[in-house]
Amino acid sequence: MQALTNKAKQVDRAPMSFIEKMYLPAIIKGMSITFSHIFKKKPTINYPEKTRPFSPVFRGMQILNRDAEGRENCTACGLCAVACPAEAITMEAAERQAGEENLYREEKYAAKYEINMLRCIFCGLCEEACPKDAIYLSETFTPADYQRKQFIYSKNDLLIPHPQENPEAYKKALGNRANKITVN
Amino acid sequence: MSIIQIIFLLLSVMAVGSALMMITSKNPVNSVLWLIVVFFAISGHYILLNAQFLAIVNIIVYAGAIMVLFLFVVMLMNLNAETEPIKNRRLQLIGVTSGGALMLIIISAVSKIDVEQLVQINAGDSGLIKVLGMNLFKNYVLPFEISSVLFLSAMIGAVVIGKKEEIDIKK
Amino acid sequence: MLLAIDFALLLEKLILVVVVVFASLGIAMYTTFAERKVAAILQDRRGPNRAGPFGLLQPLADGMKLFFKEEIIPNFSSKFLFVMGPALAMLTACMTSAVIPWGDKIDFFGRTVDLQIADVNIGILYVFGVVSLGVYGIMIGSWASNNKFSLMGGLRAASQIISYELAMGISLIALLMITGTLSLKEMVVQQQHGYWNVVLQPLGFLIFLVCAFAECNRTPFDLPEAENELIGGYHTEYSSMKLGFYLFSEYINMFVSSVVMATLFFGGYDIPFFDESVLSPNLAAILGIVALMTKVIAFIFLFMWVRWTIPRFRYDQLMHLGWRILIPLALFNMLATGGVILFFNK
Repeated sequence: MQALTNKAKQVDRAPMSFIEKMYLPAIIKGMSITFSHIFKKKPTINYPEKTRPFSPVFRGMQILNRDAEGRENCTACGLCAVACPAEAITMEAAERQAGEENLYREEKYAAKYEINMLRCIFCGLCEEACPKDAIYLSETFTPADYQRKQFIYSKNDLLIPHPQENPEAYKKALGNRANKITVN
Repeated sequence: MSIIQIIFLLLSVMAVGSALMMITSKNPVNSVLWLIVVFFAISGHYILLNAQFLAIVNIIVYAGAIMVLFLFVVMLMNLNAETEPIKNRRLQLIGVTSGGALMLIIISAVSKIDVEQLVQINAGDSGLIKVLGMNLFKNYVLPFEISSVLFLSAMIGAVVIGKKEEIDIKK
Repeated sequence: MLLAIDFALLLEKLILVVVVVFASLGIAMYTTFAERKVAAILQDRRGPNRAGPFGLLQPLADGMKLFFKEEIIPNFSSKFLFVMGPALAMLTACMTSAVIPWGDKIDFFGRTVDLQIADVNIGILYVFGVVSLGVYGIMIGSWASNNKFSLMGGLRAASQIISYELAMGISLIALLMITGTLSLKEMVVQQQHGYWNVVLQPLGFLIFLVCAFAECNRTPFDLPEAENELIGGYHTEYSSMKLGFYLFSEYINMFVSSVVMATLFFGGYDIPFFDESVLSPNLAAILGIVALMTKVIAFIFLFMWVRWTIPRFRYDQLMHLGWRILIPLALFNMLATGGVILFFNK
C-alpha cells in the first residue's frame, strides 16, 4: 500500500548488535534527553496568582447590568428566557412603585430572576436577545460548589455591583466585554 | 556478674527459647522466623567470642540468604498449619529415634565440659578476618580447596540447569 | 564491673546516633520532596509549590496526611507480623548508617570526637549484612497481608534482592582486594592519599551501582511494587503510617546506599584536588561533611534521574541481567583485579 506520508518508519527486527546489547549507549541517550528537559520552558501557569488572558469572544458567567446611575436595566420582558435553548432562565415581573425610580430604570422590572447554571450552556443567546442591554456574559467562570441547589443563581448573585457605591468592583465585573456594547 | 556475663545469659536464653519456639510452632512461616532469631542470638555469641567476622558472615549467609530462600519456598507453597499432614507411626518412630540419638551425643559432649569454666569470653582472635584467612590458606589449605571445588561444581551444575531450561523455552 | 564503662564515650556515641538517625530521617523526608520536584522538572512541570515557600513544607503535609489516615489491618492476616513488616523495613534502613564515616575527627571543647558511630573492623560486611536483612520487612509484610498480589510482590522482592546481592558481593570483593581492609574509615583515608576507587574499579562501580538500584527497589527494578501489574505489590494492604514507613524506608535506603557508594568509590568525605591537612581539623571535618553530602546529593539525583528516564524491566529480563550479565561480569572483574594486583605487587 502506498503510504500517504513519508513519516512511516519500517520496524527494524534485526538482532541487536553487541553495542546495542550493552544498553549503555541507549541509556545515556535517554538520560541526556530527560536532562535537557530541565532547561525547557514550563508551560504550566501558576493559576490563582496568574491567569491566562481570555479571548475577546470568551463567554463566562452571566451578569445583570445596571446603567450609569445604578438602576437595573432589566424589564423582565422574557426575551432571554425564550431565546435560551437550555431553558435555564426563569423570571417573575413586577411593576415599579413610586419612589423606586432610583432602583429600576423602567416601569417594569424583574422581581425574581434565576439562571440554573447546571443547565446553562453559555451560548450567549440571552445576550443577543436582550433589547435593553441588561444581561451579558462576563469573563468569569461559574465557581464550583458542593450542592446542586447552589447552582441556581438568583438575582442577587447575578447583579453587577453598584457603579456609584462601588465603582471599582463595577468596573471589574464589567470587564472588557461591555466596551463594545453602547450603553444607552 | 559482669556485664558480659549478663549479655551471655540473655543471648543464651534467647537462642534456646527461640529454638524451642521454632520446633513447637505449628505455622512453618513462624518456624522460619524463629530460626532467624536463633541465628541472631548465635551471632551475638560469636561477637562475645571476639569473632566479628564469623558473626557477620553468619548473618549474611544464614539469616540473609538461606533463610530468605526458606521463607520464599514456604510462602510460595503456601504452607499453613492446616495443610500440615499428620505423620504416620513409622515416621514418628524414626523421628524420635534419630532425635534421641542426637540428644545422647549432645549429652555426652556436655557432660565432659569442665564446670569450672562454663563461659569463655574473648577467646583469642582466631575469629578475626586476618587470622582466619591466614589459618585457612596456610594450615587448612587442602580442606579449603576441596570445599571450594565442591562449590564450583555446584555452581556449574546450576548453570547447566539454567541452560537446559532456556533450550526448552526456545523449542 | 558495671560501672567500668566510659560514660563520656557512651554519651558521645548516643548523641551521634541520635543525630545520625534524625539527620537521615530528615534527609529522607526531603528526598521525597526532591523526588516530586525532580520528576516535575524533568517532565516540564512545576511540582509541589503550595505548602510553604517553594512548597518546602510539603513533606510535613504528606507525613501529617499519612498519620491521620485510617489504619486498616486485614481480618485474616497475622496481626503481629503485619505490624512487624514495616517496623523491620524501617529498622534495617536506619541501622546501616552506624558504620559510615561522616567526617574526620572534630575537636569539641578539648575532646576529640570521631564522626563515625562504630569503626568496626568488618565495616562493609556489616552494611552488607544489614542490607541483606532488609528484605525480611518486605517479605513478612507481604505474607502477613494474606493477599495474592502482596505475596507476589514479596516473592519478587526476595528473589530480586538475593540475585543482585551476589553480583554486588562479588564486585565488592574486587574492591576489597585493592583496599585490603573492610573498615570504611580506612578506605576513605586511603582514597584521600591516593586515587578514588572509581578510577581503579570503574567496572566494579558500575556493577555496584546497578545492584544498588535493584537492592533499593528503585526503577527500573521496582518490580516488587509494580503498580500496573501488582496494584501496589507488597504494600497493597497497608494504609496510614505503616504504608508511610514502607515508602519512607525506601527513601532512607536510597540515601544510605548513596552514602555507601560515595564512601566506597568516591572518596567519602575527601575533597577532590585539595589537601585537607592545611586547614584546622574542625574546619576540615565540616568541609568534609559538606563534600560527602554533595556527593550524596549527586547520587540521589542520579537515582531520580534514572527513575524518570528508564522504564521498568520485565521479570525475566531482570533475572537475565542479574544472573547472566552482572555475575559473570563481576567474576571477570574480580579475576582481572586479582591478576593485576599479582602482576604489579610481585
